[in-house]
Amino acid sequence: MAVVPSLMDSLFQRSIDDVIKGLRLCPPGTESIFISKSLDEIRREIKSTDPQTKATALHKLTYLHSLHSAEMSWAAFHSVELSSSAAHSYKRVAFLSASLSFNPSTTQVILLLTHQLRKDLSSANPHDVSLALSTLSAICNPDLARDLTPDVFALLASGKPFVRKKAIAAVLRVFEQYPDAVRVCFKRVVENLESDDMGILSAVVGLFCELTEKEPRSYLPLAPEFYKILVDCRNNWVLIKVIKIFAKLAPLEPRLGKRVVEPICDHMARTGAKSLAFECVRMIVTSLSEYDSAVKLAVAKLREFLLEDDPNLKYLGLQGLTIVSKTNMWAVLENKELVVKALSDVDVNIKVEALRLVMCMVSEDNVMEISRILISQALKSDPEFCNEILGHVLLTCSRNFYEVVFDFDWYVSFLGEMARIPHCRKGNEIENQLVDIGMRVKDARVQLVHIARELVIDPALLGNSFIHGVLGAAAWVSGEYIELSRNPFEIMEALLQPRTSLLTPSVRAVYIQSAFKVLTFCLSLYLKLNNGNGNVVVASSSMHRFTKESFVNLMNLVETNLGPLAGSNEVEVQERASNVLGLIKLIKLIVFGSEGDNVKGEVEASEMVKLIFDAFSEDLGPVSVNAQERVPIPDGLVLKENLGDLDDICGGDTEFSLPSSFSIVKLQKMDAAGTSDCTSKEESETLTESTSLLAEHRKRHGLYYLSSENAGTVSNDYPPAIDPKDKDADEAEDLARLTEESLVIKKKPNQARIRPVVVKLDDGEGFNVSAKKREVEGGDLISGAVQEVLLGNEATATSSSSRKRESSKKSRERNKQQHGHGKERKSQSTGKDKEHDGQGQREKPKRKSRQRGDGGALPAQSS
Amino acid sequence: MGIRFVLMVNKQGQTRLAQYYEYLNVEERRALEGEIVRKCLTRTQQQCSFVEHRNYKVVYRRYASLFFLVGVDNEENELAILEFIHLLVETMDRHFGNVCELDIMFHLEKAHFMLEEMVMNGCIIETSKTNILSQIQLMERAS
Repeated sequence: MAVVPSLMDSLFQRSIDDVIKGLRLCPPGTESIFISKSLDEIRREIKSTDPQTKATALHKLTYLHSLHSAEMSWAAFHSVELSSSAAHSYKRVAFLSASLSFNPSTTQVILLLTHQLRKDLSSANPHDVSLALSTLSAICNPDLARDLTPDVFALLASGKPFVRKKAIAAVLRVFEQYPDAVRVCFKRVVENLESDDMGILSAVVGLFCELTEKEPRSYLPLAPEFYKILVDCRNNWVLIKVIKIFAKLAPLEPRLGKRVVEPICDHMARTGAKSLAFECVRMIVTSLSEYDSAVKLAVAKLREFLLEDDPNLKYLGLQGLTIVSKTNMWAVLENKELVVKALSDVDVNIKVEALRLVMCMVSEDNVMEISRILISQALKSDPEFCNEILGHVLLTCSRNFYEVVFDFDWYVSFLGEMARIPHCRKGNEIENQLVDIGMRVKDARVQLVHIARELVIDPALLGNSFIHGVLGAAAWVSGEYIELSRNPFEIMEALLQPRTSLLTPSVRAVYIQSAFKVLTFCLSLYLKLNNGNGNVVVASSSMHRFTKESFVNLMNLVETNLGPLAGSNEVEVQERASNVLGLIKLIKLIVFGSEGDNVKGEVEASEMVKLIFDAFSEDLGPVSVNAQERVPIPDGLVLKENLGDLDDICGGDTEFSLPSSFSIVKLQKMDAAGTSDCTSKEESETLTESTSLLAEHRKRHGLYYLSSENAGTVSNDYPPAIDPKDKDADEAEDLARLTEESLVIKKKPNQARIRPVVVKLDDGEGFNVSAKKREVEGGDLISGAVQEVLLGNEATATSSSSRKRESSKKSRERNKQQHGHGKERKSQSTGKDKEHDGQGQREKPKRKSRQRGDGGALPAQSS
Repeated sequence: MGIRFVLMVNKQGQTRLAQYYEYLNVEERRALEGEIVRKCLTRTQQQCSFVEHRNYKVVYRRYASLFFLVGVDNEENELAILEFIHLLVETMDRHFGNVCELDIMFHLEKAHFMLEEMVMNGCIIETSKTNILSQIQLMERAS
């Protein structure tokens, strides 16, 4: 590309064709240079007073903007200028550029167009009129709408059908931007419902289709007209729209449903157009779901769709079934084989729809069968769909505290199976569920320990980093419920095997902690054995070989494997290893007896060991997230006194997350002993951030924030790491107390085979997502005005109040005593509006019909 | 709203026509086009023509080297939109005589006007080819 402008360039303006050809011939990569060069030219040319030059420049600019994302807001004024040209072709260019590039809310010069648009709307040339209408519908903003309402109103009665049709289409936009226009134009719009011209009818019905989306009740009075169209019209496009309208109106008025069900079934049966048939089906299953015969016909039609080869029809068939599944489950069950077949379809979209449908079908009786089918499907599929399946299965099974699961033994093994699937990326969820079930379902623990053992023993799994989370959970389970295990020694060996060095530090820490628990358990057995207690309660047969020797071997094993870790770089690993090694030192005192006169030491040691074991013997149950709040604050303890100021200083950094350390999710990584570690760690982290500020504050108030047992040091060091052996018992006891307060065990009614008890907490765990249903804005205003027009104009009626429900209530109260006259008073509402508003609220739940079918877990959202 | 946008994109992903029925600025348009094109162009013939994107759907069909993509609300009848796309192609075919990508490139404004006759404010208002084309012809004769 020549950089120096040639004579040709400066004398002749490049036409749009030249630009296009130039772009095509451009070597790849240099397009942006070419475009910026063209833009420079355009900037020069567009200022010209010659309309031809201006038009060409604007045309080129529009092209570059539309297809190559060139910024053209700077040329807005030129569009306006050109639009006043008399020649239609220049006007066209100008208006096209306006509709493609103007932003109704920010382009300043739109108002300048008002006059021109008005002229064109009332022009004799129908093409000018149509151009103006198209532009108006593209760029309309409230000011334009308000100013041009009278002109559009005039056009609604135009003699030329195509003008009228466009006017109707444009008027919807005007209504949206300026609702008062409804009062002026509505009657004429309604008159057009009786037109014979398909174009006009299309436009009118389309307009009502849009309006009924937002607020259907106001258009009920027009039902008879719509009915006539439904029965008489032969144009499929119009019929589809009318059926959509009835889909919104029928739920509001039962008699209406009764009248339209026949014509609609009629259409569905007779039409050759699949689109119309589908619309009928959709309408019946959403709004006429009480009419069994109609639903049966609709489902039969859906079955036809599912049997077709065309993927579009299959997809729509599945979608239809999803909608039906909410009200008539039998329809889905009837077509079960087709749905399952669709699971292995080529098309991902179809597969996902089928998967969702299968999930809808899950119930207590068939969960095992369906899971089996799905897992075999998952193994055959690509990674993404495989994970999609796993995700859905996990979600459905765990919903509502494992409502659908009857046989937990099976489910636990199933979780283990899922974790081993090659592409599985749902390790996190599986991990959570393993621990959750362990805590909630006592009867499942034996099987859980069994599955955990399999996972922990397998050296191959340690190499797979995706499964580490699950391994952590397995290790935790093994440690926590060690008394249910058949062979603790085996578990210990598995937890300490050399390949565990491949684990991430946090998971490794869990392994070590579990080893700690196993050690404690074995120690307690040893002590019982030693004290001559005949009845040693063990769950396994191999324990009869439990001797001092085997215990000493165990200790040596632990020492050998964890010794090197005491010097590890990873803090968690190092600390826990050190804890265990410390315990072993204590144990050795007891086991090998005292040397010399350290009898006192031996007694102390056994005391401590007893404490530790007691700590681990308490059953760890689920703790509610809100448990911390329930702890009564002892008298005299002022929690917020100094902390309040802290917020100002530190800007909200120092949020002590004390409650969360008791939450269920964290429990899988720590237990009673570990909690204190974590809290102190969190504290030290946050202190790091604002140590200096805190020091300042301390100096000012001369106080520590926390009444810690370690008070005394005035330095700015981190509080010393709390010795777990001291705090253990206290923390564990507090925790136990809290759990007892919050536990509520729910038992299911008697069944042939008793389902294990699933512990749930009574205060509704988890965070409730408050489904905020926001009013669809704008609908109120338009429909308010429509209501007046349709139900008869009353002199006192004015448009309904502002959009928000609260302010409308306020203004209603404010203006109760006043009468509204004229159109200026916007803050009034009549009794009819009140009724309509109130009922509008109630309608929201009915819109659930448009929701996706995946078990209905999502809060209803207005479409 | 009904229809939110109409795009014509070639196999290489270059936009040949872009008509939006709600305002989006330049960056948003570019981002949207990029995302949707990527989603649709990678699909095969055996897969269905409907793609869910964010809170609306895209109905598309391929004619020779050109993809026609129409973004619609979730309520819209997908099969009807497929019909509409076909109608659009047939109309252009009749007007240009065996329409191809180049025709659209060099006569972009005509394509826009044809589309304008058929869809206004996101609603389909004219479905008769004769009506649409007679309108266009009148307009061309007048200018």
